[in-house]
Amino acid sequence: MKRSSSIIPLLLFIALALLLAVGLRLNPREIPSPLIGKPAPAFTLDRLDQADQTDLKKPFASAALKGQPWILNVWASWCSACIAEHPVLNAWKDKLGAPMIGLAYKDQDADARRWLAGRGNPYSQVIADRDGRVGIDFGVYGVPETFVIDGKGIIVLKHTGPVTDAVMSDKIIPALQAARVAGAH
Amino acid sequence: MLMKFAMRLATLWLLSAALVSPSQAGISADSSAASNSISSAASSAISSDVAVEERLVVLSSELRCLVCQNESLASSRAPLAEDLRREVREQIRAGRSDAQIIDYLTARYGDFVTYRPPWRGRTLLLWLGPFCLLILAMGMFMYGISRKRQQHIPADVSPLGRSSDQASNPLSDRVSNQEALASLQREFAEKSHE
Repeated sequence: MKRSSSIIPLLLFIALALLLAVGLRLNPREIPSPLIGKPAPAFTLDRLDQADQTDLKKPFASAALKGQPWILNVWASWCSACIAEHPVLNAWKDKLGAPMIGLAYKDQDADARRWLAGRGNPYSQVIADRDGRVGIDFGVYGVPETFVIDGKGIIVLKHTGPVTDAVMSDKIIPALQAARVAGAH
Repeated sequence: MLMKFAMRLATLWLLSAALVSPSQAGISADSSAASNSISSAASSAISSDVAVEERLVVLSSELRCLVCQNESLASSRAPLAEDLRREVREQIRAGRSDAQIIDYLTARYGDFVTYRPPWRGRTLLLWLGPFCLLILAMGMFMYGISRKRQQHIPADVSPLGRSSDQASNPLSDRVSNQEALASLQREFAEKSHE
């Protein structure tokens, strides 16, 4: 009887320590998005990559991508974490098998173009969200953010923070493959 | 006395001013109608702006800034907070209700944006957890106290009769302490002999 009662504080301590250990390892920046499994907001934005050729200056409409999975990568030239992310995107752009749209979030057009000219352009299309409204519709709160959208226009994955090789191979590529399989049925 | 008189004079003056001013406005209507209507429109815009800003402050202090997570949307200076305030302001102007605006934000950012998340299956632990822990802690505390009490009462005396005459006698406390000490010593001696 005495022995069991003296063990209780120890058990409580261990439980609390475990709880705190788990809590400390969680990333408070990673807020689960309520948009997963929901239709991606439709939007139309100016393209940055074609603005020089006036005859091609047509806005980008997200509806045009329906029927295939695609990636939306939210970035900005003022975003320091994007510097780390950019080489990863460059390295993976040919292995994706899906269009990757680069959304320049609250950026100056000239700055965004200079960034892409200097660091390479991994995107199939680059669009400008100058006032950040499309970003709000996508629940963007920290750049960079990456979304995978399936052929039906449903958001199937959101990654907050820079994409690394591990994130690409473990999260984004499998999500694209799953979306492709689901779309084939 | 003088104060009272002054007050009366002041009210009289205010009343007469109030009565006269509409007629004055009527007289000068042809000349200054345009400028008048402009100024009244401007003042109503300002007053509605004040109302919008007041609602914005109340609403946004209930909302969390997602960049600096422990700041409210009202107090944060993060660019995203500014954008979201702009969004909320426009929706207030468009005549949307607080509930509609909060729905708009939770649809994009989840319950995390609200400092008082709604009752849901997922938030049940959040709302009830502290109370459960409190009840648990109180239960353990009470259990511990009752067990300690039981242990302190010597087995050879009936607890009721003893405690009633103990209450008036300060010496009996010491006596029971001595008894307890003696019994402990006895116990110790027995254990050490084993």
